[in-house]
Amino acid sequence: MLARLGCRLLAGLAVVLGVVTLTFLLLHLAPGDPIDIMLGPAATAEQRIAQRTVLGLDRPLPAQFATWLSRFARGDWGNSIAKGQPVRALLGTAWRETAWLVALSLLLSYLAGLAIGAVQAALRGSRLDTFLSVSTITLFAMPGYWLGVMLVLVFTYWARLLPAFGTAGLDSDYLHGASWLIDRLRHLALPLATLTLIGIGSAARFVRGAMLDTLSQPFIVTARAKGLRPRRVAGHHALRNALGPVVTLLGLSLPVLFSGAVFVEAVFAWPGVGRVLVEAVRARDYPVVMAATAISAVLVVAGNLIADVLAAWVDPRVREGGRTATP
Amino acid sequence: MTRLLRDRRGVFGFVVLLVVIVCAIAAPLVTNGEPTALRDIVATRFIPPLSSDAHGVFHAIGTDRFGRDVWTRLVYGARISMGVGVLAVLISLGVGVVVGAVAGYWRGPLSVALLGLTDFALALPRVVLLLLLAALWQPSTALVVTVLGLTGWMGIARLVHGEVRALAARPFVEGAVAVGARRMRILARHILPNALTPVIVAAALGVGNAIILEGGLSYLGLGVQAPTPSWGNMIASGSDTLVNAPWVATAPGVALVLVVIACTQLGDALRDVLDPNLRR
Repeated sequence: MLARLGCRLLAGLAVVLGVVTLTFLLLHLAPGDPIDIMLGPAATAEQRIAQRTVLGLDRPLPAQFATWLSRFARGDWGNSIAKGQPVRALLGTAWRETAWLVALSLLLSYLAGLAIGAVQAALRGSRLDTFLSVSTITLFAMPGYWLGVMLVLVFTYWARLLPAFGTAGLDSDYLHGASWLIDRLRHLALPLATLTLIGIGSAARFVRGAMLDTLSQPFIVTARAKGLRPRRVAGHHALRNALGPVVTLLGLSLPVLFSGAVFVEAVFAWPGVGRVLVEAVRARDYPVVMAATAISAVLVVAGNLIADVLAAWVDPRVREGGRTATP
Repeated sequence: MTRLLRDRRGVFGFVVLLVVIVCAIAAPLVTNGEPTALRDIVATRFIPPLSSDAHGVFHAIGTDRFGRDVWTRLVYGARISMGVGVLAVLISLGVGVVVGAVAGYWRGPLSVALLGLTDFALALPRVVLLLLLAALWQPSTALVVTVLGLTGWMGIARLVHGEVRALAARPFVEGAVAVGARRMRILARHILPNALTPVIVAAALGVGNAIILEGGLSYLGLGVQAPTPSWGNMIASGSDTLVNAPWVATAPGVALVLVVIACTQLGDALRDVLDPNLRR
């Protein structure tokens, strides 16, 4: 197990290196120059050259890459070209906003998805199952940017209940205690609902499939033959075994915490990673894009590892057999 | 085919996609044929659905802020959105099938390299990569197709790889080798046709996904550019006029959701029909 983990770690490191190299090459090969965007069309040639030297962009690409890599590994992520702020502070603030939004929505959608999927599998073929299937398929097919806009239409413009933009009201700085919290929660409601509803669609579909797979296996027949009540068979025997692939999926959604809400963030003007990333790519803000891509790559690799470890933890067969569970 | 049409999901997916595709192809016949033309903007803008403007022209789902007929833009948008989805998946299919087949049939360093490449590409965060690629160059429809195609082939490559490897060990392939058929011919004539079942299913699901992502990129302004209508940029521009004209953003979203549902349903039905072992 440990040797396998070590191997996976090395492979993961290689992947991250590859992603970072590819991003660096793409960024520098693509047309567009941060200096043009920074200084505008009125800048003289001397000013451009001076700015290039200041930012270190006049050095050969391999040297720039090596410098960036060694600094990044030591935790010095540089300063944003467009905004002048340290990249770590910029991404740190944005990441907090994205992470708690996405983490809450993941938690809620998995809880609801587990419940709905389990009920569907237990009552397979019933009217309720059909109704829930149609609902979850519809939710699954909905793009976040459209569902978000529709929720804004209903709850902000028609019902006038909830705010549609940002993380806090304009008067947020003057609010304290409960009223501050309520303001934040009201701003959270619509983006959270959008992400959660879509998440429920895929989670419930997945749980239903995993449950039905488990329910068709011989040990379930045995459990039923023993005379156990259907509810106990569904909850204790089937759900527990169906949890394996679900937990794997949960591990795989770790990178979503960082970059999973790009489109929904755009709808609700949520100041998260997605917005920072889109702005940075447009402004050719090399340090920000590089750091953000590196982090997402690390999260993808870590998510895969965590998924494996979780699968082994939930399912002793994976632990013993050394078989990797893939959803 | 008959079995597909006996499946309710198959019928639903088939009918929805057929209607959308026929409308998209016959766009000039079922609409006023001018998705981007601007006329008398003040007299014709924000006309609600099912009513006529000052010139007596009827608008089934109203007009947008420039007085353009939403139904016309929706149908022409279907051409773009469906076209982008299908073309992107075709690119993914091309790359995925070649990579998967080669990696599955020729053992050795080439296979290892291709599998490594697939795993690597699979580990790239797709949305981040999409943003990066789409924002680096001048946004255009061709760029969206390429970017979506080149970030979606990995799953297909894995599927094909697994199938080809399993099939290569089967007796009928051995037979073909014994008769003296060349490897290329064995792969193309004997193995690939048998390996395509899961690929067709994955392609049906992929089209829906590609349409959603195209919409997202267009929503961010990185995809299909105005005034060319795509469902994504119609939702984006409609969300600016949500108060005056909610139908502008609603209609393309409904169309998009219907098409994506149709793709998943058709995919599920196809899987059951083509592979009875997987039937639930």
